[in-house]
This record gives sequence, C-alpha cells and structure tokens, in this order.
Amino acid sequence: MAKYKERIMEVVFLVAACVSILAVALICIFLFANGVPAMKEIGFADFLLGREWRPGNDIYGIFPMIIGSIYVTAGAIVIGVPIGLLTAVFLAKYCPAGIYKVVKPGVELLAGIPSVVYGFFGMVVIVPMIRNTFGGTGSSILAASILLGMMILPTIISQSEASIRAVPDSYYEGSLALGATHERSVFCAILPAAKSGILAAVILGVGRAIGETMAVIMVAGNQARMPGSIFEGVRTMTANIVIEMGYAEGLHREALIATGVVLFVFILLINLAFSVVKMRGERN
Amino acid sequence: MAVLDNVEENVKEVNTDNIVAMNRQSLKDRLVSYTRTPGSLIVMILVLLAAVITIAALLFLLVYILVNGIPYLNADLFSWEYTSENVSVVPAMINTVIMAVISLIFAIPFGIGSAIYLVEYAKKGNKLVKVVRVTAETLTGIPSIVYGLFGMLFFVTALHWRFSILAGACTLAIMVLPVILRTTEEALMAVPDSFREGSFGLGAGKLRTIFKIILPSAVPGILSGVILSIGRIVGETAALMYTAGTVADIPKSVFSSGRTLAVHMYVLASEGLHVDQAYATAVVLLILVVVINALSSFLAKKIQKS
Repeated sequence: MAKYKERIMEVVFLVAACVSILAVALICIFLFANGVPAMKEIGFADFLLGREWRPGNDIYGIFPMIIGSIYVTAGAIVIGVPIGLLTAVFLAKYCPAGIYKVVKPGVELLAGIPSVVYGFFGMVVIVPMIRNTFGGTGSSILAASILLGMMILPTIISQSEASIRAVPDSYYEGSLALGATHERSVFCAILPAAKSGILAAVILGVGRAIGETMAVIMVAGNQARMPGSIFEGVRTMTANIVIEMGYAEGLHREALIATGVVLFVFILLINLAFSVVKMRGERN
Repeated sequence: MAVLDNVEENVKEVNTDNIVAMNRQSLKDRLVSYTRTPGSLIVMILVLLAAVITIAALLFLLVYILVNGIPYLNADLFSWEYTSENVSVVPAMINTVIMAVISLIFAIPFGIGSAIYLVEYAKKGNKLVKVVRVTAETLTGIPSIVYGLFGMLFFVTALHWRFSILAGACTLAIMVLPVILRTTEEALMAVPDSFREGSFGLGAGKLRTIFKIILPSAVPGILSGVILSIGRIVGETAALMYTAGTVADIPKSVFSSGRTLAVHMYVLASEGLHVDQAYATAVVLLILVVVINALSSFLAKKIQKS
C-alpha cells in the first residue's frame, strides 16, 4: 500500500513538473495558430515591412511599431545601462555597509513598483517636463525612453552587482599591488572579468523594455506612423495590441494577435541570447 | 580537534581594536591621491553621480506621488459601492484579493510539486529537468501582454469563460508559476542533506521525509516566493485587461468580470477625469507594494540567517 502511495505521488510531482512545459507549449500553439494565418493573409512582407497601419482600409503594416519598439528600447538602454552599471559598481565597490543597507532595499523597491504607477508618474512628471522644455505634446520617444530607462534600472543593477561580486578579490588586489588606483582596478580589472554577466544584465533589460506595455502607452503618444525625431510620438508593438484589441474584429483582431506573435519571437530571441551569454560566462 | 580549539582561543585574545593598519588612508590622503590621478577622480564622481541619480529618481517618484495622493485618501475613496463620482477603490481592492487567492490556489501546488520533483526525485543529468528549467526561464521572460493575449485566446475565447476573474486568475497563475518554482527549488536545495539522511535512517519513506522534514524547513523560502508572486499579481495590468476585463464592481461569481487595483488605476489615469483619485490610488498601490516587498525580503533574510 505504502509503495503504491509513493509511486502515485512521484507521478503527481512529475505531472506538476510538466505544467510549465505544457504552459509554454500552449502559449506557442495558441499564439501561432491565431496569428500566423493572418500574417499569411496580409502577406509576410506587407505585414512586417508595411509602413502603414490603417485597419479601416484593411492595411496592416507593423513596421512603424517594430521600429517604435526598437527606438524606445534603445533609448532605455542608453539611459538605463550607464546609470545602472555605475550604480552597481557603487554598491559593490564603493558603498559603506551603512549606506548599502538603505540603498539596496531601495533598488529592490524600484523593481517592485507596478508599471501603471511608473506610467502615471511619467504622465504627470516626465511628459509635462519634456513639453515645457522642447515643445510639442511631450508624449514622445524621449519620454518613453527616460521612463523605461528608469524601469530597467533595478534589473541592470542587481544583475551586474551580482556578477561584479562574483569576480575573485585577487583580481582587485593584484591590480592595486601593481600600483593602480581603486578606480583603475575596478574598471580595468574587475569589470572586464564580469563582462559576460553585465552583458546578460543588459539583455535582460532589453527584454523588460521591449515587453513593457502599460507604462509605455501612458507616455509614448501612440501614433501609428514612422517617427521623425525623438520628440515625436511613437507606438510600440505592445501598445498596438492593448489600444486596439478592445474593439478589433475579424482580420484586424488577428493582425493584432500577429503583432503579439512578432513580439513573442523577439522575446524568444532575446531569451536565447541571454542563455547563450550566461552559458558562455559559466564555462569561463 | 584539541589543537584547533587552542588556536581559536589564542585568536580570541588578540584585541584587534588596538591595531592600526599601516596602509590605512585618511580622507585627506585619499583626496591628495585623487588630485594626482584626475582620471580616477572623474570616474569616482561619475559612480557617485549614478548612485545619486538612482536614489533621487526613486525618492522623487515616491515623494511626488505621496504628496499629491495622500490629501485625497478620504472616506469617499473607500466607500463600499463604486460610483462614477466617488471612484471607490474598495471593489478593486476586493477583486485584487480574490484574484491573488485564486491565482495562488492554482500556482502554488504546481509550483511546489514541480520544484519537489526537480530537487527530490529527478536524477542528475535528467533531460526533463533541463527542459523544465528552460521552459520556466522562458516563462519568466515572456512579457505580461503576451500572457494577456494568450489568456484571451485560451481561457476567454477557446474555453468560453468570457471576461472573468477566473480567466484572469488562470493567466496570472501561469505568470507567477516560474517565480514560485524557482524560489521553492532554491529553498529545497538549501535544506541540508543530513536532514534527508536522518529521516531515511529512522525508517521514514520518501514521501514522509518530504512532507514532514524537508517542506517544513523550507517554508520561509517558499513563503518569500509566494509573497513575491502576490506583489506581481497586485501590480499586473496588461495581462488582465483582456482576460478579467474592466468592470468596476465586486464580482458575483468567479465567472464575472472585475478590475483589480492596478487596472482600476490605469483606467482612472487614462480617462483623465479623476486625476486626483488616480494619485490616491497610486498611493494605495505603492503602500501595498512596499509592505509586500518588505515582508518578502524579511523572510528571505530569515533563511539566510538559519
């Protein structure tokens, strides 16, 4: 009897372990089955490279949205990575224990703040600031980049800090002993040794930025056209889905799901890059 | 052993307070050396600047929202019924609690069961373990809007649940599954092998060992993962817009639509009619998140100590 029970429970645990596999499989199947036919109907090239999105006329080109997502993500990286990386250096190599006890939970809190709250903050602070400084409406690539840069900070900081701390102290000590200053030792001996971890942190940040939805919708303006400058509004792939899904029907709805498929493929590629970088780091 | 004890005693007798390190630099020494290496000085200033910016951004966000929101935290905002005048947060808060409970009912058994299999049953080099790890990592990376799309296609459309709390909760359950899986896995691995050996040695079976010995000692770690998941559920918007819908009332059953606090806040902010109340709602959300975060890290620290 007891033997049976052991056997049965092992199978139960095995089934539980398979749930995440099942979930990924279901997500892939449902997204691709609903999105790919629409892409075929519209035409892959027209869908991915079409520069016009006019659902009223059955024209579905998501190139402006792909570009929008890339611009906004790049902006977030330009703003978030230097600040995040230097903050990680500060936490790992400069910070006295007393200050660390305050700053570290602060960074964790930054990660916990919901994206709607970030979006709202962007809407009431960053957008008016840009409007007053540079003119225009303020809802722009720049606003979205600043906000996303802020949102990816905790990801970048905690990942890079962990990889900086993983570098053996002997690197730092050796460098100091050769007469290098603290700064030179940190930036020329430790950071190069931690570079695969830092790269992984940046890739994670890219994943977060490209997938962020609500915060971006609230500050980016969401015009579905090719952006001309960073002070113009832009619509990301994520925004496209949320804004129009409420009333979309037929091919329009499927085109939105197909937008989700493109986003999903982007994310899978980013995940893949992340694991490759991580594996390479572990092998070294 | 005796020799070791002796050594330890000897070490204790040395009072380290009186030793002055020869290579210790005073602040003045350091400033002087920085003037000799201006490059290092600039780098140091940049590092400090970055840290200040990070903290300033956080403080600015918190203070700005608190200052603008707290004056509007009044009885009206917390009245039982939602109307378009009082835009009460109470139904949304109740929905959030219901949503969190249902999501966790689905996610916890699967997450913990999965972790138990990975740590206690799977043999080293098992292919399945690798696949589960990869899929869990994939699930972690998927943005919430993609979960929302999937939930809409699967739970809402294919299973005909329409916009409902249940559809939203199932979507969120998949979303937080990897969080619970990973934290439980870490907590189980942190349980020393001697516990298992001791239990087996006393004649307990594998199941009894797991439920009576291993899980109880892993509870703080598992709890911190669960609380982390609650934080994600509370803050989630994109995955819920098209699964749980945006109805602002307390649901009659799990098959009726209802908006959580974060969705409520998004609606308020994007309509632009109740900006003051949106601030106040943001304050409520922030307080919730701070409390949840503090609880989670408190528990995480507790495991590290033990």
